[in-house]
Amino acid sequence: MNAAPAAPTQIAAAPNAATPAVAPLPERLPWKTLLALPLATALALAVHFFIARKEPAEAGFTGLSDFMPWVESRAYLLLLGTVLLTSLGVVAVQKIWLGLRQWMRGMCPILAAAFVLLSAWEVITTGLQLLPMPYFPGPAAVLQSMVNDRAMIFDSTWHSLLLLIGGYALGVVSGVVTGVCIGWFEPARYWGMPVLKVVGPIPATAWIPLALVVSPNAMFSATALIALAVWFPVTMLTSSGISNTRASYLDVARTLGASRSYLIFRVAIPAAMPNIFIGLFMGLGASFLTLVVAETVGVKSGLGWYLSWAQGWAEYGKVYGALVIMAAFFSTIMTVLFRVRDRVLVWQKGTIKW
Amino acid sequence: MVAAPAAEGSPLRVREVSKSFPNQDNAAARTHAIDRISLDVGASELISFLGPSGCGKSTLLRLITGLDAPDSGELWVGAEPITAPSAERGLVFQDPNLFPWLTVRGNIQAGLVARGVLHEKRGEVDEFMRLVGLESFANAFPHHLSGGMAQRVALARALINHPKVLLLDEPLGALDAFTRMRMQDEVLRLWQARRTTMLLVTHDIDEAIYMSDRIVLMTPRPGRIERILTVELARPRQRNSPEFLRLRGDILELLHFAGAEEKAEGGRRKAED
Repeated sequence: MNAAPAAPTQIAAAPNAATPAVAPLPERLPWKTLLALPLATALALAVHFFIARKEPAEAGFTGLSDFMPWVESRAYLLLLGTVLLTSLGVVAVQKIWLGLRQWMRGMCPILAAAFVLLSAWEVITTGLQLLPMPYFPGPAAVLQSMVNDRAMIFDSTWHSLLLLIGGYALGVVSGVVTGVCIGWFEPARYWGMPVLKVVGPIPATAWIPLALVVSPNAMFSATALIALAVWFPVTMLTSSGISNTRASYLDVARTLGASRSYLIFRVAIPAAMPNIFIGLFMGLGASFLTLVVAETVGVKSGLGWYLSWAQGWAEYGKVYGALVIMAAFFSTIMTVLFRVRDRVLVWQKGTIKW
Repeated sequence: MVAAPAAEGSPLRVREVSKSFPNQDNAAARTHAIDRISLDVGASELISFLGPSGCGKSTLLRLITGLDAPDSGELWVGAEPITAPSAERGLVFQDPNLFPWLTVRGNIQAGLVARGVLHEKRGEVDEFMRLVGLESFANAFPHHLSGGMAQRVALARALINHPKVLLLDEPLGALDAFTRMRMQDEVLRLWQARRTTMLLVTHDIDEAIYMSDRIVLMTPRPGRIERILTVELARPRQRNSPEFLRLRGDILELLHFAGAEEKAEGGRRKAED
């Protein structure tokens, strides 16, 4: 019954030689895959119980904490418990839900590994206290400080997002425009290329001292710095993509009656698209770096600011919390760009996977 | 109907045309790709250019498209001198050069989009897809197409502008022998349906004899017309008829490829045929 829906995916994948062959989905997943996640979360839970019980109740708490020493770290416990219950539920549901089974086959091993790592982290830090405190809190403490500080973290993420979108959009638009000009028009290339080659490689963060002096507004200068960081790779890759447009595409278009605007917008720019996207990815990486530095130095909001603020108070739980949020934040944005790329470049034969 | 009621082709006149390129090794010297070539092509004629590489076949074709300008001499389509590329002179290369970012439909209608007439002539896109037998591949991207299919798209893309002259620069050169023979029939069918003037560059003697009204034999360094042969065989032509093979032998001899040993081998191959 389950084999039948699996068959069409196989057939659909077959004509496209570029797609790597996907192994056929088995009727049932091996027990190892099914139970990896529940076992790993159970392990993390056991480790947590054992370590939390061993830990002396903190002073200043009522007697209640003697009975329930895990109340202080209920966030971590709640997380582990939810994951354990969900994973057990998923094991039951996958019998009738094909898409879920496919997802589980890919995700279960890596998720299980993540929870094993969490338990190891807890053993090393809170359990055996091998690493100096307060620099290395355990996972429970980190999660707890994230939960306690959620309003501030949300606010910081929101500000970072606004700053990033503003700077990135400005950098991409100006980068594509200058890139197309330099790539297509000979005078623009002659005058623009030397500027690009000399000024471009300066890391955007190196302009910070100047930006602090010149600009009255920290937000404005941070946007400009991020835009500058994005502008250079986007311009470079766009102009090289435009100027390397296959001459025969342009020849064919001319014999089809193409005007100059058709040659630029319908031939050269689409032909340069794969290159432009490389520039967009490079620019995105540069924009993350510039964002964090700019927020640490000038802007009084955002994840970068939150990170250095927490470090100033020696609240390392919050420092790790900020890192976790940054990881999620940046990789989500990266994924979005990859999705856009996959949409725009559907016509390409082989594309790099994210 | 795709089949045009009247002939779409125009006569073509080439007068004393020369073209040279700077020599890559020696900046002072120039390579004479073609030297004072004159030629008249009738309306709706299918004429081939045959000769070894370096004889200036492709250079001549580029001059006729208007992508390059001659050093001296003049070219005319009908009463119009050729000064710049135009949708009236379509071009198909050996590499189909489909725009990889456009689907089959997008490629075929590119000429209409470029001329800004897609809105009025949208119906023709389907007609041309049917003409080359690719209606079921309308939304496929070029990298999914076989070589023969891609070349059919390229032909449809060039024909949708109703060019007066269609220039084919070894369009079937990259195809395997069987696809190639099938595509030769396809091109002939399109030519007979549209009566477009066609200029075909090839280095395949059989292809030239099978397809053309006349064959222009060219010699290299500098590129010159050695001789123009008229193919008198009735269509559809038989690739193994005695007249076909005799003409083939004559051409080999004229191109100096029928040397003493080669003649013997050519004879043996003929016997095997």
